[in-house]
Parts: sequence; C-alpha cells; structure tokens
Amino acid sequence: MKYVPPGETGSIVSVEPRYENFIGGKWLAPTQGKYRVDLSPATGRPITEVAQSTPEDVELALDAAHAAKDAWGEASATERAVVLNGIADVIEKNQEMLAVAESWENGKPVRETLNADLPLVVDHFRYFAAAARAEEGRSTEIEKDLVAYHFREPLGVVGQIVPFNFPLLMAAWKLAPALAAGNTSVIKPASPTPWSILKLAEVIEDVVPPGVINIVTGPGAEIGKALAANPRIAKISFTGETVTGRLIMQYAAQNLIPSTVELGGKSPNIFFNDVMAHDDEFLDKAVEGLVLYAFNKGEVCTCPSRALIQADIYDEFMARCLDRIGKIKQGNPLDTATMLGPQVSAQQIEKIASYVEIGKNEGAEVLIGGNRASVDAEFAGGYYFEPTVLRGNNKMRVFQEEIFGPVLAVTTFEDEADALAIANDTLYGLGAGVWTRDGTLAYKMGRGLKAGRVWTNCYHQYPAGAAFGGYKISGIGRENHLMMLDHYSQTKNLLVSYSVKPLGLF
Amino acid sequence: MSDIPAAGRLTVTPEAREAISHLRAAQGGPVMFVQSGGCCAGSTPMCFPDGELIIGDIDVLLGDIDGCPFYIDARLDDAWGRDQLILDVATGPPEGFSLAAGDNLHFITRSSACAAPSTTSEWSLP
Repeated sequence: MKYVPPGETGSIVSVEPRYENFIGGKWLAPTQGKYRVDLSPATGRPITEVAQSTPEDVELALDAAHAAKDAWGEASATERAVVLNGIADVIEKNQEMLAVAESWENGKPVRETLNADLPLVVDHFRYFAAAARAEEGRSTEIEKDLVAYHFREPLGVVGQIVPFNFPLLMAAWKLAPALAAGNTSVIKPASPTPWSILKLAEVIEDVVPPGVINIVTGPGAEIGKALAANPRIAKISFTGETVTGRLIMQYAAQNLIPSTVELGGKSPNIFFNDVMAHDDEFLDKAVEGLVLYAFNKGEVCTCPSRALIQADIYDEFMARCLDRIGKIKQGNPLDTATMLGPQVSAQQIEKIASYVEIGKNEGAEVLIGGNRASVDAEFAGGYYFEPTVLRGNNKMRVFQEEIFGPVLAVTTFEDEADALAIANDTLYGLGAGVWTRDGTLAYKMGRGLKAGRVWTNCYHQYPAGAAFGGYKISGIGRENHLMMLDHYSQTKNLLVSYSVKPLGLF
Repeated sequence: MSDIPAAGRLTVTPEAREAISHLRAAQGGPVMFVQSGGCCAGSTPMCFPDGELIIGDIDVLLGDIDGCPFYIDARLDDAWGRDQLILDVATGPPEGFSLAAGDNLHFITRSSACAAPSTTSEWSLP
C-alpha cells in the first residue's frame, strides 16, 4: 500500500501553508514573524513552513508554562493520569495520520512509524499514566515518635530538546514522565523535523490543559541556548551529540539545575557461533538482528553499527546476512513495502558518504553498497544511501564513530574474551546486542558489556518499562522507565516529631 | 588543555576561512570550534561565539584560524587516530546550537584520509 504524500489530494494528512508555535494552548505567530521551509527528505521539496523562532518566543512559552505549573503540579495523580491516557487515546485514534506525517518529514519508512514509533508513543503515555497512579511516597519510623515522610514534588517548568531521528517517540519519552511527575514543559523539536510534533499538538490540543505542553520551533543557535540556559527552567533534558551535551550540562551547572543527556553510541552487535548450530527460526531472527542496522536508516542512537561475528561462522553467517541486505527495498517512505527510506537531510547523507570514503581509505572492504542509491525518478531529489557493509577492524574510524546512516562495520572475534574486549573498545556505551543459544554466555556477556542497554537475542525493541541510557560518554541519566519520575521530581521530606518532650539543650 | 601534539593537524579550506571572516564580523569577535561526536549531528564541528563552551583539560587545541580556536576532545582525537582534519563548509543549516557558516551553510570537518571533493588550495595551520 502507498500512502498519498501529506498535503496532496487524497492524503490522510492535511497540511497548512504554515505552522505557528504551540504556546499556552494557542497557536502563536513567532514574535519576529519569520518562518522557514520544512523539507521532505524523500523529495527535497517543501512540506510547509514553520516558525523561525527567537528567544522572545522561548520567553512566551516559559510564561505559559509557568502560568500552568501550579494547577498542573497540584492536580492529583488521578487527574494527571486521565490527561495522559487522554493523550494516548487521541494519538491512537490518529495513529495512521501521524505515522504518515512523521514518515514524510523524517524519511523513515511508514512500516516503521505504523508498527513501532506511533504504537510506542501511545503506550509510553499509558505507561506513565499508570506509573503516576501507582506511585507512592515512603515513610520511615526513625524513632518511635519521629517519622520521616517522603513525598515527590514536581520540579516546575522543564526544558526538553528532542532529536530528529524519532521526532514523536523521543518527544513522548521526554514529555510523558515530565507531565506524569507534575511538571510543565517547553519543548524544542530538532531543526530538520519540526512539523510532525506540531501535527501531534493539533491532535492533543483539546486534551492537554493550556500551557502544560509548549512547542517552539527554530534553530538551535537562536533558541537552544535561550531555553537551555534560561534561569526559568528547573531541569533540561537533551538527546543529540556530545558537544551540545557538554554545553547543556554547562548551562545546567551555571543555573544549578539537573540535566539528562543522551548522546549516542557505537553499539556492538555480537554473534556467537552457536547461532548457526541449527538452521531454524532463531538463526533467521539472528540474521534479521544484524540487518537491523538499517532500521530507521541507521539514524538511531543505538544503531547496531558494529557487528562482531565469531570467526568460525563468519563466512556462512555473513553470506546469509548479505543476501538479506541485498533484498532491502529502498524508495518511497510512504510505501508499506519500503524498508529503507531517505536520510533525514542533505547534511546527513554527505556525512555518510564521507565516512564510507574514510573507511575505504583506512582499508575497509566494501561488502555491499557504499554509494548514494538511485531510486524512482519521483524521489530523485531525496537523500538515499545504499545499505552498506564495511569489513575492517575495530581501530578504524568507521568502527569508532557513529555514522548515523545505513552503514555497518563488521569484524570477527575468536572467543568470549576477545568479543568483550572489542565490544568495549569504544568511547560510547549506549546499546549492545548479544546473540547466542547459551544462556550462561549471554548473561556473562551482558554483565561484562559497558553499555546501558544490552539486547539479548533481540535488538531495537523499546518497550516502556525497560530503562534506557548510556555508560561512558553516551550520556547521563535514563529514560523509558518509571525511575524517570525521580529524574523529574524533587524529594520532599517532612521530619515530624510526635513527642511532646523538649530536647533539653536550651 | 591536553598536551597531545596538535601542530599542523588542521587544514582550512578557503571557503571555511571566508565564512569565519564573515562570522567574526557579524559576531563582533572571534568564534570557536569544537569537534562533536555521537548521535545525530555527531562528527560535525560545532561553532560558537568564542568562550561559549568551557574548555577543559581533556580538550586538544588542533589549530587556530585567525584567532578562532579549534578543539577536539582528546579521547575522540585518539579514537579517530589523531587524524589530520580539514575544516570546510557545506550546504544546509547547522545542527545543534552551532552558528551557521553563512546562509544555508554549515561547517564540516573532513578527514585528510578521505579524498576531498574540492582540491582547491588549502592552507595549513601551525
């Protein structure tokens, strides 16, 4: 099935000529009246225009968030959960429309947005609705007549900066826990993908109290600092690259507020020889597990972009994988048969192409792909890159830095110790994958890997309830788990004496 | 700052040098570059007004373009094999909080190990 592109006759996605900021439950034109074109990476042609906001617009959003914070913070967990469930319900009703919008703006294949991104967004709000309801404070009888009560209290207004690779899911990962904990938010979408979250705002605007969610679009240099360094936020969270992560933490330090940063990885996906012990469904799953480097065009912080294959199965296992990679259908992201869409921007595809060149110059062997892809004439202006596999060694730059494209770096290992040494020889520690039929080996590897998430006999699953975050320079903090309520709360301790006796010191 | 030898490991294309000169004029002062890694816009150099990012002992000064310093995290520098980097500009707006290199232009770093698409004269820096 092929969906009609947003804005064209017959599309399930309506497109206005331009979109304002979503502030205080209203659509507000940017103060300086500037807009910029938002492109579809599938064609390189405009979808619409969005606000090119300036710091004044961030202040307006903060005004609205502050005006809403007391009522929202004092709402009962039941009331907040009703709103979060309401958000989930209206998104679910509009799931297909939002999936098509996000696919067209980001380039990710609609089979992914329909089956992964949007269902996960819906579930994420439900998970945190449930978490808010089930949340309990603790009390401790410190002495017979002295009791410590612990309550969670909201931080207030939080700033949230989301990346381009999952415009809706990363927004949900940040918004749902913040709102569940009683905070209001000012959120800045990434510059390449500002529109799909505005479509989401249209869907939820009647469900969310005004000012609880505020969305400001615009360039990071203009409004990123205006938000992240603003003394009127009580927390900042960010997903992106390392230098902006440092800057975010620096601004947070200067304002003495907490920050959560998720900064990417270079995740190893490790295949032990027993995956080939039988020619069965599990082997098929393992082969798909390797090919998942092409999921979302490789634009995933946890892209399994380093495959480590035990040397004695390398030839046969890789042959099966290359056969599967060769069958990847590339093209119109709105065709449900498409598996690989365009990269999000011209900048990204240039970077990917340059990394393949770097790899070749370092002596890596191109096993498949390696070039910009040619697709149907309709998408000739799109940013398509062939699914690519480079064989080399872990010291090469293509093994050390996230390419953020459909480019896999593959190497071999001899034994468990070798696999662990290679896997951990990286600056990053966000994700990892382990594939084996041996449960003990899987456990030992999982505990030995210096990464926040170790997928075991699976990869790229992101269910709410499984904590996600980085070791080493991959970031600080976690998402996607009820522990996020801690990250978005203050702890209030009431230390209460039920004794009438004075201390007797004075 | 780190004491890793950095001399001569940054080259700047004339286009990048011109963009820096315009930025200096527009900003009323020098800018700084910090090489990024990781997710999303990782691998691109971020350009800020000079002094915006606090430089630490972990950072290596790879070069200085007319008073505009270029830094890389020593760990990233090691992981990249202490490569020779080429600062250039490319089409498209910048990412992160980076300043643009001009209208619809952003700064990029290319590896000298990678054949450059444009081989116009590049000026090596001490």
